[in-house]
Amino acid sequence: MSKDIAVLGVGMHPWGKWGRNFVDYGVHAARAALADAGVDWRQIQFVSGAATIRNGYPGQVAGATFAQALGWQGAQVNTSYAACASGSQALAAARSKILSGECEVALVVGADTTPKGFLKPQAGERPDDPDWVRFRLGITNPTYFALYARRRMAMYGDTVEDFAKVKVKNAAHGSANPNARYRKQFTAEDVAASAMVADPLRLMDICATSDGGAALIVSSLKFAKKFGKAKAPRIAAISTVTPSYPSAIIEMPDLATDSAVCGDPQAFRAALPRRAYEEAGLGPKDVDVAEVYDLSTALELDWIEDLQLCKRGQAAALLRKGATIVGGRIPVNPSGGLACFGEAVPAQALAQVCELSWQMRGQSGARQVKGARVGITANQGLFGHGSSVIVKAA
Amino acid sequence: MVTHTTFHVDPAGSNALAEESSVRHHLLPGWFTLDGETPHLLGSRCTECGSYYFPKLAGFCRNPDCASEKFEEVPLSRTGKLWSYTDACYQPPEPFVAADPFVPFAIAAVELGKEKMVVLGPVVAGISAKSLKVGMKMELALEPLADGKLTWKWKPA
Repeated sequence: MSKDIAVLGVGMHPWGKWGRNFVDYGVHAARAALADAGVDWRQIQFVSGAATIRNGYPGQVAGATFAQALGWQGAQVNTSYAACASGSQALAAARSKILSGECEVALVVGADTTPKGFLKPQAGERPDDPDWVRFRLGITNPTYFALYARRRMAMYGDTVEDFAKVKVKNAAHGSANPNARYRKQFTAEDVAASAMVADPLRLMDICATSDGGAALIVSSLKFAKKFGKAKAPRIAAISTVTPSYPSAIIEMPDLATDSAVCGDPQAFRAALPRRAYEEAGLGPKDVDVAEVYDLSTALELDWIEDLQLCKRGQAAALLRKGATIVGGRIPVNPSGGLACFGEAVPAQALAQVCELSWQMRGQSGARQVKGARVGITANQGLFGHGSSVIVKAA
Repeated sequence: MVTHTTFHVDPAGSNALAEESSVRHHLLPGWFTLDGETPHLLGSRCTECGSYYFPKLAGFCRNPDCASEKFEEVPLSRTGKLWSYTDACYQPPEPFVAADPFVPFAIAAVELGKEKMVVLGPVVAGISAKSLKVGMKMELALEPLADGKLTWKWKPA
C-alpha cells in the first residue's frame, strides 16, 4: 500500500513583523489553504496545529486555538511541538491519522508572532538549564552558525564571498515571492557592508525572526481522487528522526558534544534526509528542487551536502557554477528561504512544503523550477529536532 | 594573565582568603576547578561504558547501549585542538551581563582528544578571531565576566 498522502491545498499569511496575534496569521493561512483545495471547513476531520511557545497557553494548544477560531465543528485535534520541526511533526500526525483510516482529510497549520532581536532564554537564574548557561556566557544562536561557517572555511576553503553569494541568490529568488518578508535584491557589496554579528557572519548572512502563518489541506489518495484532485502533489516522506549517539556536531543550546569514546561520531543533519530518501524510495539524483533551513548563508551550503546533492565540501563550487539558482541544475530555496522570510518557527517547515507544492503544480511564477517533479525540504531546530519532507508530483 | 592576578591576590596576602573569595564570585560552582594556572572543567564519566559528559550528568547514561546509572566526577583534559571559533560582535541578550560599553569577545569550540568531545567557551580577553586558527592548541583558563563572576575560558596554548 502506498504511504503517500495528497496535498489538496496550501496557504500562507505573508511573513513580516506585523505585531498581531498569531491566531490571525494561522486562520488567514488555513482559509487560504481551504480555498486553494476547494474543501469546506466542515469537511475537515482532523486539525493538526504546530505550537508556538512564545504566545502563552493559546500557543501551546495551537490546534485547538485554530479550530476554535475557525469555528468549533467537532473535528479531532492535535498539537505538536518540536521547535523548528513542529510543522513537520504536525504534518506527520495528520499523515498517521489518514494512513490508519481514522480520517480522510485534515488541516495542518502553524503560525507565530515573534519578539524583536536575538531569541533569548526564559528569565530567572537557572544554572541547571544549558540554554540559560550558554546565554549567561554570551553564546547566542548566531554563535553556533558562525562556528559552522568558520569550520567550512577551514575544512573546504569556503570564503565569505561564497556566503554572500548565497544571500544574493536567495534575495533574487525571494524578490519574486509575494509571501516573503524581504523582497529587495542585494549585491555582494551590500552583504559585505552589513554589520559583523558573529565573525565571519554579518547581519545579512543571518536570518531574522518573523511573524507568519502556513497551512496545508492533506488527504488520502482515495479522497483526492474522489474529490477530482487525483493530480494533486503528494507527500512521499516525512522524516523526523532524532540524532544518533554520539552526535559529533556542537548543537544549540549545548555546551559540549557527546563523547565519541564508545562509537563512531554521527552527523544529525545528514541523517534527516537519509531517512526521507529511504521512506520515499527516491535518491538525491531524483531531486529537482530543495527548500533548506538557511538560518545562515553558510548553513545552506552544509544542507546541500547533507541532502547529498553534491559531495561533502563541494557545495560552494556548486553555488559558484550557478547550479543552485532557479534555472540552474539543482535550484535551492526558490522561495527565497529564511534569508527572505525570517523564521516563524511553527510555520516554517510548513512554508517549505507550501513552496514545494506550488513548485510541483508549476504555479511558482518567476521562481518556478521548470519541470519540477520531486522536491525535498530540510530543517533543524533545538533539542534534537529536525525534519525532511519529500513532495512529489502525482 | 588576568586569571591569576585578579583572583589569587588579596590585600591580606592569604591564599585561603583568596580561594574563599573566588568561590563566592564564581559563576557555576562545581563546573570547574579553581587551581589557578591549571584549571580543569569537571565532567562526568560513566563507570560502565566510559563515556564523558559536560556539564556533569546524573541519572542515566546517554549511550543507547549502556544502562548504567553510575558516574564518577572527572577533571576533563585542559588542552585540546581548536575545532572552530567566532567573535561575538553584538551584545548578547540577558542573562549575559555586558561591560558598558560592550566589548566584543571571541568564543571557541575545542576538541578534547581523550574525551573525544567538543567543548564551548568564551576566549580570554584580548584574543580575537584574527589570532585564532582551526587546529591550533588551546588550553583552559579562568577569567571573570564583566560582572566579576569567574568562569572558564579558552586561550591559545
